[in-house]
Amino acid sequence: MAIARFWRETPRRYNLGGSRCTNCRTVYFPPRSVCPTCSTHRQSIGKLEPFQLSGEGEVITYSVVHDAAEGFEMQVPYVVALVRTREGPTLTGQVVDVDPHTVRIGLKVRATFRKLREDGRAGVIHYGYKFAPADSGGAAPAPRGPRGTAPVAPGPGAGAARA
Amino acid sequence: MREVAILGAGMTRFGELWDRSFREIGIEAGFQALVDAKLSSGDLGALYMGNMASGSLIDQEHIAPLILDYAGLAGHHLEAVRIEGGGASGALALHQGYLAVASGAHDFVVVGGAEKLTDVADTEANRIINSTADHEWEEVFGATLPALWAMMARRHMHDYGTTREALASVAVQAHEMGAKNPNAHYRNRLTLDQVLRATPVAEPLGMLDCAPLSDGAAAVVLGPLERARKFTDTPIRIVASQVACDTMALHHRRDLTTIDSTVVAAKRAFAQARRAPEDVGVAEVHDGFTISALLALEDLGFVPKGQSGPAFAAGQFALGQKLTVNPSGGLKAQGCPFGAVGVAQAVEVVRQLRGEAKERQAPATNLGLLHDVGGTGATSVVHLLERVN
Repeated sequence: MAIARFWRETPRRYNLGGSRCTNCRTVYFPPRSVCPTCSTHRQSIGKLEPFQLSGEGEVITYSVVHDAAEGFEMQVPYVVALVRTREGPTLTGQVVDVDPHTVRIGLKVRATFRKLREDGRAGVIHYGYKFAPADSGGAAPAPRGPRGTAPVAPGPGAGAARA
Repeated sequence: MREVAILGAGMTRFGELWDRSFREIGIEAGFQALVDAKLSSGDLGALYMGNMASGSLIDQEHIAPLILDYAGLAGHHLEAVRIEGGGASGALALHQGYLAVASGAHDFVVVGGAEKLTDVADTEANRIINSTADHEWEEVFGATLPALWAMMARRHMHDYGTTREALASVAVQAHEMGAKNPNAHYRNRLTLDQVLRATPVAEPLGMLDCAPLSDGAAAVVLGPLERARKFTDTPIRIVASQVACDTMALHHRRDLTTIDSTVVAAKRAFAQARRAPEDVGVAEVHDGFTISALLALEDLGFVPKGQSGPAFAAGQFALGQKLTVNPSGGLKAQGCPFGAVGVAQAVEVVRQLRGEAKERQAPATNLGLLHDVGGTGATSVVHLLERVN
């Protein structure tokens, strides 16, 4: 992936920066410039403001992936889940720091800042959010995840809470 | 709007066609359809080609005039357009062809669909297929297309008690039909146990829950119904052609176990045709993954929400039942050359409605349904075809 293409999304991928419609108060992630909820979409243009997600949420479905997405080959088997956040938006992300087969629908999780994948041996390294069980130790350094997902920043939640 | 009929249909074998090029298979399907329609190329007004990713797969964009050229028609200077909508590309091309004839813009058009997925390594093909979901907010975070469908399966199992065995029964029936279809990629039968014990891809889905990567092409010839009798004794009328879209990413959907785009496209289609789901005798539905077929049966209105698993496992949609689902073997067994799928569904239902499907012929019916999906349901296309007696 071209460097600029990943770089321009870093506020979202590093810090869970979403948006909120000042008209109907609905929160979106990733941020939108038009509100799908407001009945007059056009009038919502310019009325969405930045909004910070807490990174806290709950697994609403998941899969244990064995045939990896590009760049995730070294992490199999890994868990990918849909996480409904406290503020409303649902996000797709890995669930780490957990035995893949203990993940369940309803598991409380918290966003954590991790290495997602590398663009080959010499390419850029992509960072972003993953999720870890919420009861896995607050601000303490996260335990080492599956191969290739070693923490590169302070523990669960810190990356999201800071911005 | 004029009434539109399918006058001819043709397709190549689906599978790993390593000895054949994209243009060869595209032309073969097109000429089969033209010969079947007893139409000469001079009568044609346009070509609409469904294709998902020729640029990534064979380093060739701009494929519609390419096929036209190698079909010997460059000198006719026809309109030729490629249409893309992920896995729904072929069905979208059929919709465009329908609109062109219905509107009177053209009298006779060819709708083709072609894809060459095995000219690249399967890892590369999978990367391209994953891009039919939201690359930046799904795949970048590790979600593959099978993983996204697997998450719908997981939620369906959680909400409705759907079993792993019910999912597997979709693959078993698909291969049963594939065994009867000389054009199918897979002609081997499967046992439930084989499906359940296959290598996991994205749990709960295994290798045999997923449609294969195939090469293949299919084509139909459309024309105004009022002139159809000149070409065929059994014109097949397109009584509905509807497209509906939804959010790109699965995580933005209203409900993880309902493809709303399918629900809406089906409602519009049945309204357009003034018919109901119970009138349909044969259906080709999207079964890119076993869960896809179960969701389709619910979303199209053939079975109440949550009940597709037990119904399918009990054989309610097998050959010979009131509604035969995927007599071709579907994407699972007939094969999944993305852009060709929606058109191949039309070819199969035309043959079924004409009573030409031989070993896999469904009981006599005059109404058939086609259902195709792009990505995880950002696009759904539903067509209803009727035999004109």
